[in-house]
Amino acid sequence: MDLILEILSIPLVQSILKIAFIILLFAMPLGTVLTLMERKWSAMIQDRVGPNRANVGNYTGNGLLHLAADGLKSIFKEDTIPQGANGFLYLIAPFFGLIAGVATFAIIPIAGPIGDFTFQVTDIEPGLLFIFAITSLSVYGAVLAGTSSNSKFALLGGTRASAQMISYEVFMGLALMGIFMVYGSTRVSDIVNGQNEYWFGNLIPMWGVFTQPLGFFLFFTALIAETKRAPFDAPEGESEIVAGYFLEYSGMRWSAFMLAEYVAVAGVAVLMTTLFFGGYHVPWLHLWESAPQWLVTLLQIGKFSIVTIFFCWLQIQLRWTLPKFRFDQTMSLGWKKLLPLSLANTALTAVVVLAFM
Amino acid sequence: MELKVKQVKRVDGVKEAFYIPAAFGGLRLTVKHFFRNLFGSRDVVTINYPEEKRPVSMRWRGRHRLTRKDDGFLKCVACYMCETVCPAKCIHIEAGEHPDLSIEKYPVRFDIDELRCVFCGLCVEACPKEAIRMDTGVVAMAYSSRKTFDFTRDLLRDNYDPNQHESPKYGDEDLPRPESQESALPNSQGIPAS
Ligand code: SF4
Ligand code: SF4
Repeated sequence: MDLILEILSIPLVQSILKIAFIILLFAMPLGTVLTLMERKWSAMIQDRVGPNRANVGNYTGNGLLHLAADGLKSIFKEDTIPQGANGFLYLIAPFFGLIAGVATFAIIPIAGPIGDFTFQVTDIEPGLLFIFAITSLSVYGAVLAGTSSNSKFALLGGTRASAQMISYEVFMGLALMGIFMVYGSTRVSDIVNGQNEYWFGNLIPMWGVFTQPLGFFLFFTALIAETKRAPFDAPEGESEIVAGYFLEYSGMRWSAFMLAEYVAVAGVAVLMTTLFFGGYHVPWLHLWESAPQWLVTLLQIGKFSIVTIFFCWLQIQLRWTLPKFRFDQTMSLGWKKLLPLSLANTALTAVVVLAFM
Repeated sequence: MELKVKQVKRVDGVKEAFYIPAAFGGLRLTVKHFFRNLFGSRDVVTINYPEEKRPVSMRWRGRHRLTRKDDGFLKCVACYMCETVCPAKCIHIEAGEHPDLSIEKYPVRFDIDELRCVFCGLCVEACPKEAIRMDTGVVAMAYSSRKTFDFTRDLLRDNYDPNQHESPKYGDEDLPRPESQESALPNSQGIPAS
């Protein structure tokens, strides 16, 4: 027993356990379930039934078994490499997006610390700058897949993806400048704790969405564009370039792209929760001073999960509502509207922070 | 002739220019549908096909049937009207002489290749005896071999009469059959045997 506790108290062991926990029990399951939920929810939006046929015996679980069926199917499908493709780049491209998606979760705290133990893999000083670095990495997934598969559609998709993601990264950073200024740090735990303050006594929590409403909107838009989902899905462009950059992929590698997309959706949701909706902090919980620690932690995990799921749902809802932008519309929206807006937001925030805080 | 050009007015204005209000309008609609289907009544338009079937109109042209008289025999008098009119040349009839003199002729073979049939319904219109109909309501025929689509007389014979449990006798059991059993089949090359 003592030995186990001693091993558990080694920081490296703790980190590995946390990574395993976050990847195996949070990021991947959320991404996987989202692949099914997108189909089920879109069916509800369009008054359809959605997938409900996969069964074991007579049990279908209302479509839940499609997860297993899809997994099995893509494992056993042939992994084709098109003629003239750059073999090595073609084979590694799917995993850039996946790794980048999962890495987002590394700096997200899902509950408040208990003593020395934090519910966060690492609380690095650069914090959100790490996120920017990682999301830039995920561009490589699309670009490599597009260029290495020796297909013109894939190349077009890859080009569009790189142009779109790089442009939207510019003001994704700018949109967050306001948050950095208001909470005075790029470290995630500082931002989350900053959102636990209240305005007007105990009336309104200082959540990012209240301190930075425009920043919230801009950042959300930029993140959706980063995940390359509707209305910014010109890189995939089903109607003109078939499936864009991952057109030639099949089997498990194709699934890796899909999974990367959904992990990215989950990543967007946790980022929005952490930066704009108070992270794990349950509002007004500090008023109940005698709350036992375990209950507080449970409530925090619950609140974090609910807001996260809400944002996953919101993204799916948006995708099934808004029609796709043309590529030039995507670009002009980004550079001509959102960039000036985020610059203005940054300037305004700077003035307000200087004057009042 | 002068072409008339109708110009659709673009809806301009604050709402359109900002995109966001219109996007929220769309969201309102989809969210309404989502929650109605999640909690309330599911007004799903899907028909779960193999379990539920869409009701077809009385006039739907489905698989053929050969109707019967009250005594159970086929109404068909082997007049070759349907075979002649059939644009797909997929009906093949061989007439036989009936021992009952009042009946005169009857089909010894009546084959329809349902794979070649175009379901035009001309055979039904041509028949002077209302002997062939396409009102079985069999919408989808799916079998694993082509042979199965060669419907013979006894398969086509109407057995949808709930009162008629026994298949009727044709009285031709001991009559000599025409020799050309094989040539009686519809030509599989698609060239009508003239
Ligand atoms: S429906 Fe038309 S094609 Fe089919 S058997 Fe009758 S006449 Fe021939
Ligand atoms: S089905 Fe009608 S048209 Fe065809 S041979 Fe018989 S009686 Fe004549």
